[in-house]
Amino acid sequence: MGAQLRVYRQKIKSAQTTKKITRAMELISASRIQKAQQRVAASGPYSRAVTRAVSAVATYSNVDHILTTEPEKVTRAAVVLFTSDRGLAGAFSTNIVRESGELVARLTAEGKQVVYYVVGRKAAAYFAFRRRAAEKIWTGGTDRPEFATAQEIGRTLVEKFVQPEEEGGVNEIHIVYNRFVSVVTQVPEVVRLLPLEVVEGDEKPAPDEALPLYEFEPEAADVLDALLPVYIESRIFNAMLQSAASEHAARQRAMKSASDNADKLITDYTRLANNARQSEITQQISEIVGGADALSSAK
Amino acid sequence: MAELTVSVVSADAEVWTGAARQVVARTTEGEIGILAGHEPILAVLAAGEVRVLTPEGTTVTATADDGFLSVEHDRVTVVARNAQLA
Repeated sequence: MGAQLRVYRQKIKSAQTTKKITRAMELISASRIQKAQQRVAASGPYSRAVTRAVSAVATYSNVDHILTTEPEKVTRAAVVLFTSDRGLAGAFSTNIVRESGELVARLTAEGKQVVYYVVGRKAAAYFAFRRRAAEKIWTGGTDRPEFATAQEIGRTLVEKFVQPEEEGGVNEIHIVYNRFVSVVTQVPEVVRLLPLEVVEGDEKPAPDEALPLYEFEPEAADVLDALLPVYIESRIFNAMLQSAASEHAARQRAMKSASDNADKLITDYTRLANNARQSEITQQISEIVGGADALSSAK
Repeated sequence: MAELTVSVVSADAEVWTGAARQVVARTTEGEIGILAGHEPILAVLAAGEVRVLTPEGTTVTATADDGFLSVEHDRVTVVARNAQLA
């Protein structure tokens, strides 16, 4: 067998094995999207209820609380990045890193100091490589987030938020994550968690309208104290679930195009291999004919 | 009599939802009973159970801790990190 032909055969075989792997990963991701999507849907009522309650307090009470009041001067902001643990998911993690870069540039331009919190091995590796300091890193389980992790992240952030500024506390918390729109679309999204920005559900009452009197038990300030960590947790858990669903979707798409590319490579190399085989045969025939000619003319 | 719309939700699922005549829950201040037409309230729940009396007269009991209760326009929402039907 000719050297050229052997090289082509090797390449075909390698593309075939790669395709087997990427196809398997594609199928695994496809089956997991469903489950991740269901979890996003299941956590919906909770985060909706929490957000509604928070906006109710923010809208209907005039209690001065750290949760609802805008600080006069923001010196430090926390940025939380939600990436994946594993790669092979297209631009999933890169998008987040890029998006956070833009956010940080904006914050720095406003004279704010940025503190990073990182979720996912990919962003952790990025930070380690660039020797950029992250305040805290959580890795593992990004494809199947657990509520306990969200609780831990929430606790850390709230602690930092209520800490006085001089001791390293932050005045703002931003999160950057991939929002799951559909299986084909995931949008990297930047959300300011604190101070409260979005007031969903409840319409702001008209200024001349009498506010429905919300009763608080025990006291409005205590309710807000209890609500703050719950709100942060639910938003973070929701972001983690969305990010997990997006990760599976992104991986499925990346692996599908990898399998398609492998298919194309296999066809191309098969054609080249056929060509090589044919030209080898042609060459052998012409050698035989040439040899026979030479022999017969030598007689 | 008007009815309440009740939903009990935990962090990862909606535990129970439906119509009710009365909801009894334990807040940090003590037990509270809610009927239709109750004023808007937001209360922090203490560990304990939430009893929902349905219009058919049956009682649904759920354990809920670490959460809160909100009432507005006859909509009762019990939100707890851990909530399950007892």
